[in-house]
Amino acid sequence: MARGGVTEVERSLFRFIFKYSKREQLMIVPLVFGSMFVYFMSLDLPKTIINQAIQGKAFPEPTSTAHLLRYQFTLPDFLGGDVIRLFSGFEVERLPYLVALSLGLLFMIALNGFLKLQINTMKGWMGERMLRRLRFVLFDHILRFPLARFRRVKPAEMASMIKDEVEPLGGFIGEAVITPMFLAGEALTALFFIMYQHFLLGLVALAVIAVQAFIIPRMRRRLLALAKERQLTARQLSGRIAETVDGIVEIHTHDTSNYERAEISSRLGKIFRIRFEFYQRKFMIKFLNNFLSQVTPFIFYLMGGYLVINGRLDIGALVAVIAAYKDLPSPIKELIDWDQQRMDVQIKYNQVSEQFTVDNLAPPESQTLIEHPSLPTDGSVVASNLTLADETGNKSLDNVNFDIPLDRHVALIGPHACGSSELLQLLARLTLPTGGTLRVGGIDIGRAPEAMTGRALAYVGSTGYLFPRSVLENVTYGLNHYPVAPAVYEGSARREHEIYLKETERAANSLLDVDAHWIDYAGAGASGPAELEVKITEVLKVVELDEKIFELGLRSSVSGPLAAEIMEPVLRAREAMRERLGALGIHEWVEHFDPERYNRNATLAENLLFGTPVGKIFDVDNLGRNSYVRRVLKEIGLEDDLLRMGHKIAETMVELFSGLPPGHEFFERFSFIRLEDLPIFQEILASVVESGLQGLDEEEREQLLALPFKLVNARHRLGLVDDAFEGRILQARRYFAEHLPAEMKNGVEFFDPARFNSAASLQDNVLFGKIVSGQAEAPAKIGTLLREVLDELGLRQLIVKIGLDYQVGVGGARLATQERQKIALARALLKRPAVLVMDQSVAVLDPSAQRRIMKNILDYRPSASVYWAINREDLVDLFHHAMVMDAGRIVEIGPVAELKAKGGALSKMLAAT
Amino acid sequence: MSLEQEVELIRRFPIFSRIQPAMQKLLCFSSERLTYEAGQVIFRAGDVADAAYVVIDGSIEISVPTPKGPLAVSTVGRNEIIGEIAIFGDVPRTATCTALTKLETLRISKDLFNNVIRESPDAAIELIRVLATRLSNTTAALSKQMNEKG
Repeated sequence: MARGGVTEVERSLFRFIFKYSKREQLMIVPLVFGSMFVYFMSLDLPKTIINQAIQGKAFPEPTSTAHLLRYQFTLPDFLGGDVIRLFSGFEVERLPYLVALSLGLLFMIALNGFLKLQINTMKGWMGERMLRRLRFVLFDHILRFPLARFRRVKPAEMASMIKDEVEPLGGFIGEAVITPMFLAGEALTALFFIMYQHFLLGLVALAVIAVQAFIIPRMRRRLLALAKERQLTARQLSGRIAETVDGIVEIHTHDTSNYERAEISSRLGKIFRIRFEFYQRKFMIKFLNNFLSQVTPFIFYLMGGYLVINGRLDIGALVAVIAAYKDLPSPIKELIDWDQQRMDVQIKYNQVSEQFTVDNLAPPESQTLIEHPSLPTDGSVVASNLTLADETGNKSLDNVNFDIPLDRHVALIGPHACGSSELLQLLARLTLPTGGTLRVGGIDIGRAPEAMTGRALAYVGSTGYLFPRSVLENVTYGLNHYPVAPAVYEGSARREHEIYLKETERAANSLLDVDAHWIDYAGAGASGPAELEVKITEVLKVVELDEKIFELGLRSSVSGPLAAEIMEPVLRAREAMRERLGALGIHEWVEHFDPERYNRNATLAENLLFGTPVGKIFDVDNLGRNSYVRRVLKEIGLEDDLLRMGHKIAETMVELFSGLPPGHEFFERFSFIRLEDLPIFQEILASVVESGLQGLDEEEREQLLALPFKLVNARHRLGLVDDAFEGRILQARRYFAEHLPAEMKNGVEFFDPARFNSAASLQDNVLFGKIVSGQAEAPAKIGTLLREVLDELGLRQLIVKIGLDYQVGVGGARLATQERQKIALARALLKRPAVLVMDQSVAVLDPSAQRRIMKNILDYRPSASVYWAINREDLVDLFHHAMVMDAGRIVEIGPVAELKAKGGALSKMLAAT
Repeated sequence: MSLEQEVELIRRFPIFSRIQPAMQKLLCFSSERLTYEAGQVIFRAGDVADAAYVVIDGSIEISVPTPKGPLAVSTVGRNEIIGEIAIFGDVPRTATCTALTKLETLRISKDLFNNVIRESPDAAIELIRVLATRLSNTTAALSKQMNEKG
């Protein structure tokens, strides 16, 4: 099954384990038995070594020989006392006999270790595989939850369940069957061995075990209750933290931070109480356990010693019994541990499975992968007796009926909560009706698989969500339906991929390859990447995002394969731009980078480096600390000057900004010093007053030295840079480039009039200088010129392509709300849905843009269905049909022109505005 | 002209005079120095007003649009201020300002000014006083005109 296992979450952990890992569990059993046998042998051998070889019982005469590898058991008296001989062995002398037996023991120990290693590896393998399966099943459930479910469970809690809470399950599943079997086997072997040596001593051991097995689990019951509580409170804590983060604006605006502190404090207190009680009990149990197991050897020494003295037990047997007993408590203890873990894990499992058991989970078939589902092409959208009611029977849609051909644009209008949003959600198949049907082109979309609805329908709400990827990936996101072409693997990558697939199949995960090519060009009406690019450009224009993407491209720095493509044209643009500025007589509006001149519109850092910093080494905040920069400054004799400048700047900043309240926006916009660093600089200034600049320690010097680097002489007007100083910076610039150590060469990309700078933005590359500050309208004018030049050189397409690679950030945070929404619109348009469902989709745009973009979108789909809930009645004339709704019913429906003429609800609404 | 000199300059205008010295300096520091070529328009009548301009060097022609075309009403020169009404409220520009010569100005934007005033209650009161005086002057001039007409 390509989409992965369609496993449901089993109610009980053990059912889940047996159902999906029976075979693997059984495969380990022979290993366990093998290990038991080896273990028994390794217990038995020392006795033989002591009694037969060392004490020489097998060698009554110096010349006697003994039988090596003779295996025989003497059954205990109560079983008849017969001797069972398995192998009669080889005859050897005493010393070789000792050596052979000792080597045999060594071999047994090694073999036992090896078997344990095998068992553990297999356990881990199996556990991890089952964990992978479980996580996949849970994630699969999230994808199939009805939307209403997400209102009740917090995202952070869901993530924490899949990520953290099931984690211990993986470990446990490996242990679930094998460990108790192994431990019980080990304990029984040891016990049997002791019994076999001496029945009475065996009984003593058994009694202690019985006490342990009886008391400890009882003491642990409270621990389990605590564990459950601990898990719940921890989950709520993570939910609460996520809430705090989500509501941080409310917290600040309402001064409720102390309330939140108190809240979290009480939660942490509760968790502390639970955990502390947990530990107290845990260590009490540990103490008892240890005590019980250590008290037994005391009995053995006393009783066993007595028996040996009386000659009723040989010394070898006593040593062996004590050795065997030493091994006995640990499996018993581990067994009890295992049982504890079992209950613990079962609680976890039950809690998680409860959260993921939902009645109206979408059936797996609804998300089956269908490469080419049948899609509606013509016909109508038909709603028959459509009703939507919530759990309380409240109807948000009541008996809605309509039949509108698929080539119409329909506007939905009505007062707040009129039911239009609900109707659109049904139409986008985000929710299912409680009654009635909705057909699109003859297909009942309530029953159709998502493969059909997800391609034939597109929904854009009032704020679309962007994934933290590039603009391009967000726009084409709606085309990732199925792997269109497989990824190609060669050589070792191929073998690795095969192993990956085999393991994936065993864990019943999805066998689809995320690295395959997923973009369905046909879905966008394109034959390949080139045509898709054209389509993307089209939709970007429709939503008026093309200019913005171009701008993003201009602001991006380009490296990698695209850099090679853009390098040469950018240099031509640089040349053309310079000529254009010259021709217009505004050459001095851009101060070009000139190796021989100080650029007054650039920062001091840029002037010194004469390049763009790459990475952190020469980052402007680090320059004061960079040892090479400091060396350059010392060589040129600039350090004291810079220190004085830094002191001056610090003085000015402290004077200007100390009076502002914390958080004032001026800090961010204008200050050289961050708000939190202000006190540090105040201190530095105070110590300068006391003991002069020379009295500063190294760290204080660094702080001051960092300031001048941000200075732009033309803008900041602090009057600190004169011609002589500029000359010395130029000297430092040359020195810096000449002596740059090899390991720092990657830290800066130098300005070079004849070269492309892959660390600087495209715009900076074309300008190769700074727009002079203070020239009125210069930025706007130069922006226009830049666009003209790039358009003339035919670079727009390429730069848009670079702009499309812009990373939008988490939730699209690196873009403005309006731009985010436009990307969501472009995404819906690109996949060419049969029905475009828009719920207040342009409401976040500014009023004039709303109408323009709405018109663009409608014009882009001249005879394709659009359903659009609008809140501005004046926009209704852009549509063919209007549907006026109120309280979940259609009040009026029909062609806009007719409704307007009729003088019904729509005319009244229009008249009211 | 350095920051200190700018501060000296704006201190002379009543609307800035009562702001604390550090804040005056901050206002200058955060403001932009803008240069205009002769003939360049600084703002037009009807534009959204968002800044006041202190003339550091050069001169400005103020004109108002009339049905017959723009009518020059006055000239403003060095150390004078234009458009300061803009930084009190949301009013469109009533006149067009054009640079007569190469012009150097300090552009004090509305949001910067507001941000500074917010930290300086004394200055706000002084501002109200300035505005009240102006209002009473305007009212007086208006009633004088009315009387003359009547």
